[in-house]
Amino acid sequence: MTSGIRFDAVSVAYGGTTVLDRLDLTVEPGEVMALLGPSGSGKTTALRAVAGFVRPASGRVLIGDRDVTGLPPYKRGIGMVVQQYALFPHLRVEANVAFGLKAQKVPKGEIPGRVAEALGMTGMAAYAHRYPRELSGGQQQRVAIARALAIRPKVLLLDEPLSALDAQLRSGMLAELARLHRELPDVSILYVTHDQVEALTLADRIAVMDKARLQDCGTPQDLYRRPRTEFTASFVGNANLLPVTVGTEGVVFDGTELKVGVSGAAPGSAATLCFRPHLVGLGEGPNPLRGQIVEVQWRGSTHRLYVDVGGHRVKADVRELRETPSPGTEVTLHFAPEDAVLLGAGVNDGR
Amino acid sequence: MLVHSRTGRWTAWVTFAVLFVPLFALPLLVIVAASFSTNWSGAFPSGPTTGHYAAAVRGEALQALTTSLVTALVASLVALTAGTWAALAGAALGRKGKRVLDALFMLPVAVPSVVVGLAVLVAFSQPPVLLNGTRWIVILAHTVLVTAFAHQSVSAAIQRLDPMYEQAAASLGARPSYVLLRVRLPLLLPSLNAAAGLCFALSMGELSATMMLYPPDWMPLPVLVFTATDRGSLFTGSALAVVLMATTLLALLAVSRIRTKASFR
Repeated sequence: MTSGIRFDAVSVAYGGTTVLDRLDLTVEPGEVMALLGPSGSGKTTALRAVAGFVRPASGRVLIGDRDVTGLPPYKRGIGMVVQQYALFPHLRVEANVAFGLKAQKVPKGEIPGRVAEALGMTGMAAYAHRYPRELSGGQQQRVAIARALAIRPKVLLLDEPLSALDAQLRSGMLAELARLHRELPDVSILYVTHDQVEALTLADRIAVMDKARLQDCGTPQDLYRRPRTEFTASFVGNANLLPVTVGTEGVVFDGTELKVGVSGAAPGSAATLCFRPHLVGLGEGPNPLRGQIVEVQWRGSTHRLYVDVGGHRVKADVRELRETPSPGTEVTLHFAPEDAVLLGAGVNDGR
Repeated sequence: MLVHSRTGRWTAWVTFAVLFVPLFALPLLVIVAASFSTNWSGAFPSGPTTGHYAAAVRGEALQALTTSLVTALVASLVALTAGTWAALAGAALGRKGKRVLDALFMLPVAVPSVVVGLAVLVAFSQPPVLLNGTRWIVILAHTVLVTAFAHQSVSAAIQRLDPMYEQAAASLGARPSYVLLRVRLPLLLPSLNAAAGLCFALSMGELSATMMLYPPDWMPLPVLVFTATDRGSLFTGSALAVVLMATTLLALLAVSRIRTKASFR
């Protein structure tokens, strides 16, 4: 049996401040939905509304076909993993994993088998007799995941589960989570994160949130290649945004004609041109942009250049340069027409 | 060590000794010395004896010691239960409700214990609840006096308890009662333990309220110490005081051993 999650116009307010504003979102059964956004965007509040730790001011939360809005957390049948692990410090690993099974009065004979199964899935079987304080951060997070999986939830809520881990461990755990999801295709997962790499890697769909609202929702490829809003474009992939005027065969930026697809846009209207820093080339090419280097950051395999083009700062990630150009140098950047996306009116500088 | 220089370290030790020895150690040492002597007319006590101790561990004195122990044990257990219960309830209340509850529980500390003793005496000297003349009035007064401390320390510990444990337990399907028994109380155990020790020690030393209430067959040890010295038997009183002190310290030591076993972080 599978069941998804549905937010039906869910609003949450703390003392007059709206932290979640009429969220409508459906997580299909078996789907991984990432809630992506900066801190304070309402993503964690949305997750906590599913878990039952915040009560919506209005709207409904459904798990499967069941309206759980008024149900206490322990009646919701969810698994949850949080950033700080929240393992019970007074219980050994196996007792931590068995906790939910005992609380739900699973027959005694079944418990050891299910604990072993959950610990096996997360590769923690060898640590069953340890206390949480004797484990590293990554191991503790695996136990926390095992504990959430042991109760065989239909819905798994992950609240920034990898944020407390270092970068290397994080990419390893990301692969683990992807594998777990392949092994448990029926479990719907709501994954809250501020990290676009985590969201792009793991999610079937991403819901982008900002300022208590849902900004955009779509598959990772969609959001990345064809963002619909400026916020999505700049938050997912950190795109360059330039204010342009739509022409007949391209757009005009700062008096320069740029050739990009303008399908549907009315000639003469204002729009925003969006292109990714890593798809920008240095030197002459199609759609040249001339400007002055403002800042150079060496990032190992790449150089990031900040170039002032007609008063707007354009970011370019180019392969490591033999000679680092100094600020003030005149350079020419270019990008391919097919790498650019035209968005509707309004722009905020691209910084 | 925070003090790095050699002279700094010496200064710290000397200051400690100058403050600690006369203020804390000497008075206790004087009592211990007095308890082993029969005469103290010069600078030092004389006529060494262990006779006071022989008297202090039998008959009336032994009776008073067990009376004190039973009173302290019952009063601390009841106080701990009531104080913890109230602290848990206070945590579930809003901020206003919690403040009112905290203030109410602080009353017995704010009011002088003589007044508490008098209040208990007046309140329970007449039917329907007639406790005057029984041991229960002493135990009741002690409970009232120490519950404040139990409530305060458990309340502070609950406030420090991270709600994420409770929430993790609830998300795993545990009812509030199960969360209380299996998560919150075990995590509070070190604080409960400390609170129990504090209540026990306070009750063992309580005198002023007890003086107004104790019946002839339920005389706690501090009262005996007081009456002995009041009669002029200073050395007998000292021996009784040392017994009281040693018993309380032993009990606290036993409690603290449980505490170290129960602390996880």
